[in-house]
Amino acid sequence: MNKNNILTIVKKEFARFFGDKRLVFTTMIMPGLLIYVIYTFMLGGIRDTFEADKDYRAKVYVQNMPKSVQPMFEGLGMDISNADDTDIESIKSLIENKEVELLVVFPPQFDSAVANYNVADTTQMAPNVLIYSNVANIESDNAEGFVRTMLTSYEETISNKFNINAYTEETANEKFDLATDEDFMGKIFSSMLPFMLLIFLYSGCMAVAPESISGEKERGTIATLLVTPMSRSHLAFGKIISLSFIALISGLSSFLGVMLSLPEFIGSEIEGLSTNIYTTSDYLLILGIILSTVLILISLISIISAYAKTVKEATTLVLPLMIVIMMVGLTSMIGGGEPQTSLSWYLIPVYNSVQAMTGIFSFNYSLINVGITIVVNIIYAGAFSYVLAKMFNSEKIMFSK
Amino acid sequence: MEEILVAKGLKKTFTLSRKQQKLEKTNCKTKVAVDDLSFSAYKGEIFGLLGPNGAGKTTTLRMVTTLIRPDSGDAIVDSFSITANPQQVRERIGFLTSELKLEDFFTPNYLFDFFSELYGIDPATRDERKGKLFSRFGIEKFAEVKVANLSTGMKQKVSLAISLVHNPDIIIFDEPTNGLDVLTAKTVTDYLLELRDMGKSIILSTHIFSLVEKVCDRVGVIIDGRMVACDTLENIKNGKSLEDRFFDIYSELKGGNDE
Repeated sequence: MNKNNILTIVKKEFARFFGDKRLVFTTMIMPGLLIYVIYTFMLGGIRDTFEADKDYRAKVYVQNMPKSVQPMFEGLGMDISNADDTDIESIKSLIENKEVELLVVFPPQFDSAVANYNVADTTQMAPNVLIYSNVANIESDNAEGFVRTMLTSYEETISNKFNINAYTEETANEKFDLATDEDFMGKIFSSMLPFMLLIFLYSGCMAVAPESISGEKERGTIATLLVTPMSRSHLAFGKIISLSFIALISGLSSFLGVMLSLPEFIGSEIEGLSTNIYTTSDYLLILGIILSTVLILISLISIISAYAKTVKEATTLVLPLMIVIMMVGLTSMIGGGEPQTSLSWYLIPVYNSVQAMTGIFSFNYSLINVGITIVVNIIYAGAFSYVLAKMFNSEKIMFSK
Repeated sequence: MEEILVAKGLKKTFTLSRKQQKLEKTNCKTKVAVDDLSFSAYKGEIFGLLGPNGAGKTTTLRMVTTLIRPDSGDAIVDSFSITANPQQVRERIGFLTSELKLEDFFTPNYLFDFFSELYGIDPATRDERKGKLFSRFGIEKFAEVKVANLSTGMKQKVSLAISLVHNPDIIIFDEPTNGLDVLTAKTVTDYLLELRDMGKSIILSTHIFSLVEKVCDRVGVIIDGRMVACDTLENIKNGKSLEDRFFDIYSELKGGNDE
């Protein structure tokens, strides 16, 4: 009767999980949906609040408009009014009331003052342009930025000694930033995704393992299993395999939520943001790493859950581990997305996953290191399963009250 | 008669927490729950372990069913040692105790199939057994109702059926009628006798004298973790009621003091 009961346990765990619609919704669908909704609508909403309306024409008053900059002002697409005969204070209060966006006051004879100004003469003050705006008014703040940039670049052109990457006929088709789109995307993905994946996988594991192990212990249902002739290691393996699968789906649900809302998350200014830069084999390697990582995380949380007397105790006990995992995840953001190259780093579980994922996302990995990562993680998970089986066999742990 | 269970010098000590030490009014960090306990149960009989609460009956049965290991001593169940061959022992016994709970989420039908699979029972045998047991206890009516929604009596019937999925020859019941209404208690008691008639060997623990008098062939009296008397029901009673005899034994042991 020494049959293999791993599959029986896996089937029961799946029946328990997938048979409970509420559990499926809260563990699998809700995390991804919530992240997508929050990132898309909230960040979108926040951006709308802080971004000026592109079609809006700012109302700008200019006093003593110099001839030299007048064409540039006209090119800004703003409603420019002459304020030569208007009281400055009244315009300021209009800006304060958000009825007018900007007031620009040039000194009289600005052009000649600029022409006569000698930088080397320390006794002389440079002509001073005054710009009044209202930072609480997005349109005003925006207009201020445009006018300031325009005047700064005008200042640069009149004191020009040399240019950098200037647009000329020869350089019209020249590309100065030699990073490919892929490199750029790779850098973004490799610093963010390993951390996010790890956190979401850990949350997925936290959502299922304490309930399934401490929960069964707390409710006394695990004793019913332990009195059967089933091998304890089959119970441990069955639990770890089924819980890993459920945690994986839960973690990937959150991850999908992030990927779908990524353009909104990073900012739509980055054009061509796409995960199409990776090949199928890249994705397969990532999947292998994710799978082996989930096995480790689930087996670790299962051990903690088996030790805990109640689900509540287990969820408290797994928090310190979460902090450690988060710190390890953060290493993907350190070092400019460059993964470790030395093989010995890939013998450290979880850290190796982060490094291997960073490598794959930044197109800078060795197949050996990725392979080692997966194998090492599986060996650790196997060792942890053995510990869990031993714990199932220990009356002190399983029946302590 | 053929011995089906032989317990030899079973001993179990538990560590007491500070809280427990206060409750038990002792400074001793350990408590001997079962102390050098030996007894034999024979094939085809109902053997009763009688004793007050806290005497060590449940601990003895937990050791015999391999849930916990004895500190010393051993028990041989159908020629397998509980310490050396726990897996073989588990294959041969059915254990019913309030400590073993069924998962609330599942139905009796699902749980019967699940445990049958764990014991490696083929589907045809399983269905036949399920049909018999479910109809014997009237479980068919609530076979598809989640355990969470069943009454205590219904749950006990389901637990009983599930403890028998593998048709074990040795069945161990820990306080099988505790918390049950009179009707369900009678169903269980009647079934114990039916099982004996089928040739099964039954070991049960209880503190209810009437249950012992009604079903047991032989009795072991446990007080303070020790087996103070073990014989046939008639010999133990020695012409008196079991209750009177129990108090005689108890007074002899404790010198007439209850505590």
